[in-house]
Amino acid sequence: MNHTRRQMLAFTAGAAGMAAFGFSALPALADADATQKAIDEFAAGATPAEGRISLTAPEIAENGNTVPISVEVESAMSGDDLCESVMILADGNPNPDVCTFRFSELSGAATATTRMRLAKTQNVIALARMKDGTVYMDRKEVKVTIGGCGG
Amino acid sequence: MASKPRIKLPKKASAGEVITIKTLISHEMESGQRKDKDGNAIPRQIINKFTCAFEGATVFECDLDPAISANPFFEFTAKVNESGTFKFTWVDDDGSVYEAEQAIEVA
Repeated sequence: MNHTRRQMLAFTAGAAGMAAFGFSALPALADADATQKAIDEFAAGATPAEGRISLTAPEIAENGNTVPISVEVESAMSGDDLCESVMILADGNPNPDVCTFRFSELSGAATATTRMRLAKTQNVIALARMKDGTVYMDRKEVKVTIGGCGG
Repeated sequence: MASKPRIKLPKKASAGEVITIKTLISHEMESGQRKDKDGNAIPRQIINKFTCAFEGATVFECDLDPAISANPFFEFTAKVNESGTFKFTWVDDDGSVYEAEQAIEVA
């Protein structure tokens, strides 16, 4: 294989370009449909309302590999006023599901913190389902400097 | 794959107190999206379920998807009414189960 200097330069530039675009060039990103489907499945017929749930996420995440997120749901955590579960979704990841927390009366409060991956700048969505079937939603846009999937 | 889990919870609490529990376990959480040097997809291997139980009663559970970072970390709360032991369980895609226990004394 004898490459001329020009060919090598073109090749290197191409490779750098691929590396820069890498993720966005992949077709396998979750689309709005997949996210909406996940929301509908979780809501089970209810319409997600605003309020009661608050999602905390950084405005800008330098490293998409570990993005800290927390959710907090206003709930007495006893009797009928119980938050049963919270689902986290990311609409720009290859697969929108992130995790589902399930609480009980023994939880004392419906709060949880974890660390997640974000492939690119996108919305993180948190949904809470209460025992009476009502569903609440909050969303935050997180700007991602370096994507945290693929390799 | 996974090493000894780390758990942080208070040793003592008063009855009815809501305590904060933090857990972290070392695990690569291979998402199934990455490719190796030859362009072959690396198969997914993650912890897919985490459970915290107090004396047999479930306190907190989480279903994990590949979008959870490597070395999954959780912080959550628990209401303690009596002395007892918290049991933590992580279930791997390959069927392995990692367990840890920690006692709490209620004054």
